[in-house]
Amino acid sequence: MTWILFLEQSLNGLQFGLMLFLLASGLTLVFGIMDMINLAHGALYMVGAFLAAWLVNITQSFLWGVLLAVPLTAVFGMVLESTLLRTLYRRDHMSQVLATFALILIINEAVRMIWGTDLALSAPAALSGPVELLPGLMYPSYRLVIIGVGLALALFLYLVVTQTRMGAWVRAGASNRDMAMAMGINIQRLFTLVFGLGAAMCAVAGAMLGPLLAVQVGMGESILILAFVVIVIGGIGSIWGAFVGSLLVGFVDTFGRTLLPHLFREIFPPQVAATAGPAAASIMVYLLMAVVLFIRPQGLFSRKA
Amino acid sequence: MCVLRICWPLWGWPRSFKGVIMRTTKSGRLLALSLASLLAASMVQAADKVKIGFVSTLSGPNGALGAEIRDAFNLAVKLNGGRLGGLPAEVLIGDDQFKPDVGKQLFERYVKRDKVDFMTGVVFSNIMLAGLPEAVGEKTFYLSPNAAPSPIAGKDCSPYFFAVSWPNDAYHEAAGQHATNRGFKSAYLVAPNYQAGKDSLAGFKRFYKGKVAAEVYTKLGQLDYSAELAEIRAAKPDVLYFFLPGGMGINFIKQFVAAGLNKDTKMVLPGFGADQDIIRSVGDEMLGITDTAHWGLDLNNAANKKFVAEFEKEYKRLPTVYAAQGYDTALLIDAAVRGAKGNLEDKEALRRHIKEAKFESVRGAFKFNTNQYPIQNYYLREVQKDAQGRLVNKIVSQTPVLASHGDAYVQDCPMK
Repeated sequence: MTWILFLEQSLNGLQFGLMLFLLASGLTLVFGIMDMINLAHGALYMVGAFLAAWLVNITQSFLWGVLLAVPLTAVFGMVLESTLLRTLYRRDHMSQVLATFALILIINEAVRMIWGTDLALSAPAALSGPVELLPGLMYPSYRLVIIGVGLALALFLYLVVTQTRMGAWVRAGASNRDMAMAMGINIQRLFTLVFGLGAAMCAVAGAMLGPLLAVQVGMGESILILAFVVIVIGGIGSIWGAFVGSLLVGFVDTFGRTLLPHLFREIFPPQVAATAGPAAASIMVYLLMAVVLFIRPQGLFSRKA
Repeated sequence: MCVLRICWPLWGWPRSFKGVIMRTTKSGRLLALSLASLLAASMVQAADKVKIGFVSTLSGPNGALGAEIRDAFNLAVKLNGGRLGGLPAEVLIGDDQFKPDVGKQLFERYVKRDKVDFMTGVVFSNIMLAGLPEAVGEKTFYLSPNAAPSPIAGKDCSPYFFAVSWPNDAYHEAAGQHATNRGFKSAYLVAPNYQAGKDSLAGFKRFYKGKVAAEVYTKLGQLDYSAELAEIRAAKPDVLYFFLPGGMGINFIKQFVAAGLNKDTKMVLPGFGADQDIIRSVGDEMLGITDTAHWGLDLNNAANKKFVAEFEKEYKRLPTVYAAQGYDTALLIDAAVRGAKGNLEDKEALRRHIKEAKFESVRGAFKFNTNQYPIQNYYLREVQKDAQGRLVNKIVSQTPVLASHGDAYVQDCPMK
């Protein structure tokens, strides 16, 4: 592997990881602070992508479409929280899983009724080609924009959590909810705000990944599994853990997919390598999770004692 | 035909597809013949209509493919004044929902309850293979407008199965031949990690004489190919051949172009991977992509000119290979029923008339091999802009890449 290829794959891992982080950050806060398993988190990602595709088509501007879709999805998330999910906080995890799973099915069908099974969303024309970062290193400009947006939002979240009053509430809520309530924090309002923030992050991820992947019903489910892997690795309730976990998963998946088949071809006969290589690559992420769980069952950066 | 249970051990309902073949080809052949002649003797008069069961994927993400076949089939019937082979045509249409069990039930209903004369329609091999035993078991012809898997070309071939489309490997073999003709030194191959993916690359390699730089199998349903594209950039192949059906291919092409890889590496696809439906979803990134197919919009024959013009007039879009196959299937039924003079009960005679395929196919001349798969030409096509500025997949040369090409499995088929 040349260093140019290594750099390009690192950028790919970074891009994938940052988008996972946008999903995982909301998920980990909801799980960590509200002790709520929200399977419908992926549905917010889908709603964000559909809203963005719809608004981009109306406004004829990618930027405006995305900028409008993000607050709309946040409002949708907050409405969902204050009407439906709020009643689930005191229930056990099984009830939460069942209720939010039902929510996935309902939102999927609702989106299908409103917009159909898929919507077209393409990147702005100016970002459709590659740019030369270094001599010999060409990289799609749109993916660079995704990396930029992902890094900026990660920094924003870091500042919100460490520097603001709301961040202090969030940290307090994540490490000990009852104590935070006893200290007079309006937990109900905090929950709604956190949920809205998580939904906004989902919308950004959905809108940014839409042109790259596809805006279609069911797009949230497959990526949600990886987001859960991330928060299990990173430690539930920790933004920093979600960040490290996302990048780990991004890099392990990207390099696993390309390096493992090479490795298998060196070791095994071609017939075995052709079958075993791709199979092994697809379980790398879960292997990572298993190893982390074995060494640190609470995750790498858990905020819970 | 078997009214009493007593005859079951002699001529039982099929329990597996393979069993049916064994029976009809060996011990059952004589019995089938005598039964057929008995039936023919009792019903000498011609049927008053021809009934067709059409099962296809008409909903969901893959629904557009079935709709192409259905629309073209209906168009052919309509242009024929609602008749096939001189008889009024009744087409029963069912949606398999991309589920093999649903497809099997529809086959059973149309064959056993509605007693159709022909079955057709299915897009996907797995669904067709689930339903086919229902048709074959009742000696109802299945004329495939798309799926034509290798096993049925070889050891599992059946007198009641005709592939009106092309053997599953053929597009890939033609692409391999094209890569050899162009003198591409190194080829990079990508396919999803499942059986059809592996078969496709095997087909390509059968006719490709250059070096294979790498053979990459991705996860089925994968949508982001950044890591694979970086590898391709590093490998610098002359040609990239990939079989990624549906949304996978659409994403791959977009990301390939966004990465700037189309400047150094030529993309070659199987025909259905670069057809008008894919062009509509991907857009300008498709320009310059080459593919191989048995048919093209501008293939130079009178039947095709009429088909493309009428299809566009009726549906306001350009047809795909799927549509061409559906249209040909209707024409084949028309020719066979006409040849049999409307007598649909004499299966052996009807089979002979189907096999003659005396009709003006939109693909030009072709004939059925002993395994009832087509022997035909395969052409090179390229996505270009036409005079009106539309993206169209045009035939590069009316000289085929592979001429009068059959398949690699025919010698395993016991039918003569």
